[in-house]
Amino acid sequence: MFGTFDSPDQRNLLDRTGQGIIGKGLDRPEAGLKVTGRATYAAEYRPENCADGVLVTATVAQGKILQIESEKIEALPGVLGIFTDKLMLRRPAQGTAGRAPAQDPRQIEYHGQPLALVVAETFEQAMHAAKALCITYERHHDVPYDPETAPSEPAEKPIILGDLDEAMANAAHKVDATYETAGHASAAMEPHASIASWQGDDLTIWGSFQMISHNVKELADALRIAPKRVRILSPYVGGGFGSKLGISHDAVAAALAAKALGRPVRVVLTRQQVFTTIMRRSETRQRLRLAADGDGRLTGLGHEAWVSNLPQESFAEPVTQATQFLYGGENRKLCVNIARISRLTAGSVRAPGEAVGMQALEAAMDELAERAGLDPIELRKRNLPSSEPGKDRPYSSRMLAEALDQGAAAFGWHERQPKPCMTREGEWWIGLGVASAARVNMLMPAAARVRLEPDGSLLVQSDQTDIGTGSYAILGQIAGEMLGVPIERVRVELGDSELPSGAGSGGSFGASSTGSAVFRACEAIRDRLAHRLGARSDRLDLRNGIASSGERSAPVAELLRGYALEEIGRIKPGKTQIDYAQASYGAFFCEVAVNAFTAETRIRRLLGVFGFGRVLNQKTARSQCLGGMVWGIGSALSEELSFDLRDGRLMNHDLEQYHLPVHADIPDLDVILLEERDTAASPLQAKGVGELGICGTAGAIANAVYNACGVRAYSFPITPDRLIDRLPEPLT
Amino acid sequence: MSCNPPAKFTVNGMARTYTGDPRRSLLDFLRDDLGLCGTKKGCDHGQCGACTVIVDGRRINSCLTLAIMQHGSEITTIEGLGEPDHLSALQRAFIKHDGFQCGYCTPGQICSATAMLEELAQGWPSHVSADLQHIKLSDDELRERMSGNLCRCGAYSNIIAAIREITEATP
Repeated sequence: MFGTFDSPDQRNLLDRTGQGIIGKGLDRPEAGLKVTGRATYAAEYRPENCADGVLVTATVAQGKILQIESEKIEALPGVLGIFTDKLMLRRPAQGTAGRAPAQDPRQIEYHGQPLALVVAETFEQAMHAAKALCITYERHHDVPYDPETAPSEPAEKPIILGDLDEAMANAAHKVDATYETAGHASAAMEPHASIASWQGDDLTIWGSFQMISHNVKELADALRIAPKRVRILSPYVGGGFGSKLGISHDAVAAALAAKALGRPVRVVLTRQQVFTTIMRRSETRQRLRLAADGDGRLTGLGHEAWVSNLPQESFAEPVTQATQFLYGGENRKLCVNIARISRLTAGSVRAPGEAVGMQALEAAMDELAERAGLDPIELRKRNLPSSEPGKDRPYSSRMLAEALDQGAAAFGWHERQPKPCMTREGEWWIGLGVASAARVNMLMPAAARVRLEPDGSLLVQSDQTDIGTGSYAILGQIAGEMLGVPIERVRVELGDSELPSGAGSGGSFGASSTGSAVFRACEAIRDRLAHRLGARSDRLDLRNGIASSGERSAPVAELLRGYALEEIGRIKPGKTQIDYAQASYGAFFCEVAVNAFTAETRIRRLLGVFGFGRVLNQKTARSQCLGGMVWGIGSALSEELSFDLRDGRLMNHDLEQYHLPVHADIPDLDVILLEERDTAASPLQAKGVGELGICGTAGAIANAVYNACGVRAYSFPITPDRLIDRLPEPLT
Repeated sequence: MSCNPPAKFTVNGMARTYTGDPRRSLLDFLRDDLGLCGTKKGCDHGQCGACTVIVDGRRINSCLTLAIMQHGSEITTIEGLGEPDHLSALQRAFIKHDGFQCGYCTPGQICSATAMLEELAQGWPSHVSADLQHIKLSDDELRERMSGNLCRCGAYSNIIAAIREITEATP
């Protein structure tokens, strides 16, 4: 019971419990703190005598430091020290690394890399000194800046089935198109921040992290100390989106400086440093080849991608991840090629792989539908395989056809004109587009402690983080539901490395993994309560503090006899992860307006329909979907990291130049959550939802743009300059 | 480093005096000197709106002004708008509509919306107002006026729903 998840859990226990809170759209328990500014984030702890540190970053892309003119700077008012320790980080850590990333910042690998930390009594003194610090470099030349011209190699073994070239040659309908997507920044609203405080050999870090148990190991490894010496506290995290999966420069620099100075040190990255040193999503080039027979059934599917990263990084944006299982086509070629260039580290940014892979695949599918003379929904439904191509394993559950159908009805898809340029309102071309949503589902090792107090109230504890996803809400709901405790009497404590290790927040696996650990702890407590009641645990009913089974009934507080019951629940991925193709699915429906004169694209309506197993909280799940869809709009229309190909500098390294969607860009978005139970995904029958909303959105938008104005987008984001010279004559 | 004469102003109704480093932003003064950390630092460059506070009834980015410039001002921060068990109507609406996720932009959104509703009540036009004399309340007006407050979690639809509920409750 406390081990791997090896076979589907078909008991659907959460459908038979009686408290009635699971799935409900309850308010977040921490909401009152957040809306009044009382939730405390990393930079906001104020240990006594805390000094402030500011990082200094490289102004060349590759080279080494010849000299740091520190003497003049050390003499400035308030300056406590300039640190260039070789243990400081050169790159941030990848998600789940569990060990230190590249260290020693004296060797420069990319423009904007942190080189030194200036610490002073106050932030203003540290900032002034950091800006005044002169560094001379030996600058390397012939640096590879451009992913288009740098040589590339396969990131892993390509998937090749049958003969794609032959399928293309014999196809009744085909598409062979190349797409480009720009690099993206996570740009969480809270910049990366750490406060380090030593008590002897023990280090406490108040930080902004997504995966505490991994981060403890990374930090300990970087500092060459034992993991048990490191305590991390991250009860509130101001957004992550992948950027806080691994540790970054702030934590290590703060810890080293605090040790040397014998007092706490706070290091907060500037917004510009977050852009230039924290994970980027790689730009991609993607060649899609689709071959279909006369009925529009895929006979061939090719998806080849080119991405980039720094040398030695193992991460390559897994662009073809969903293409592996989403549609049929027996002749296949899927591969990801990686070029090694001098840009900041590429890593996980919300929905690595699908976020950009799905938008290209779904745009290509739209083009194929047009060539085959089929409705795009019908084309997709015709190409849903009965088992995963190439692996012949069943799908755990898949609500894709239902999502397409329900979405079509709710959106009014039948009103779409199949031909482009048919609807004009004033100076705006109007069009509709559809796309599938898909994102792999993962279960990760997780543990959580549940304590049923003598008075019948509940305490749930894990180092799981809540980065806005709703962990506080759903973990409490799972425990309250399982043990029949009203939600007001459930307390959830998270984000402390001294608590049992949750899965962390990443890859959409936090809720289902750590939630399953909570579920299992509750199961163990249920067994003990059933035993005390003299009942079988599968017939035990717990609600509002009363335990009953058939004729037997007793208040839970009475069964507890004045003592708490405490259990630690654990779960690990097992055979279900191998035996079944697991993913969350959905569909996007979009209406856009494209300005006939300026080529500006506006989103008028966007609907997402999603099936991701059991919904744990209607409100927070819907918010996750909305958030993903906003990201999809950003990647479709405005988000683009722009690098200077002459010196490798990230040109738009702030929130003025890197264009996140703002209020004015986002209409009322609609979300429909489908009822589904996935017994192979987790004991909760729940799958991941945190990233699903971005996986295909931009495809639907691109397809709507085509339907509006007749221009296919092959380069994202679809900014006006990418459309305008292909728009039809506006005055006809 | 200190400034003389001192700046005297109020924060959430309490008299405050600033005599410190003239380079200190109002944002850092609120967070580091007063411990009012509800006002967030998202960019320090006036690009995100997370540090929005209300000064003499107008919303401003507190990272773009200095503490010493506040002499005579009445400053309201998120802490002055409500407490967890005494929430303002707008704060309650944000909770009901889940107008936030990570919570980091939230105090800025709420301070901004609070002052924005006052601007609307006073008849200030915006870029999307069709008639500069008679402002018609619409979602487009709300979105335009809230566009200085970024939310990377993408809670925009829910934030507008929360603000809309307040505008519908007040005739």
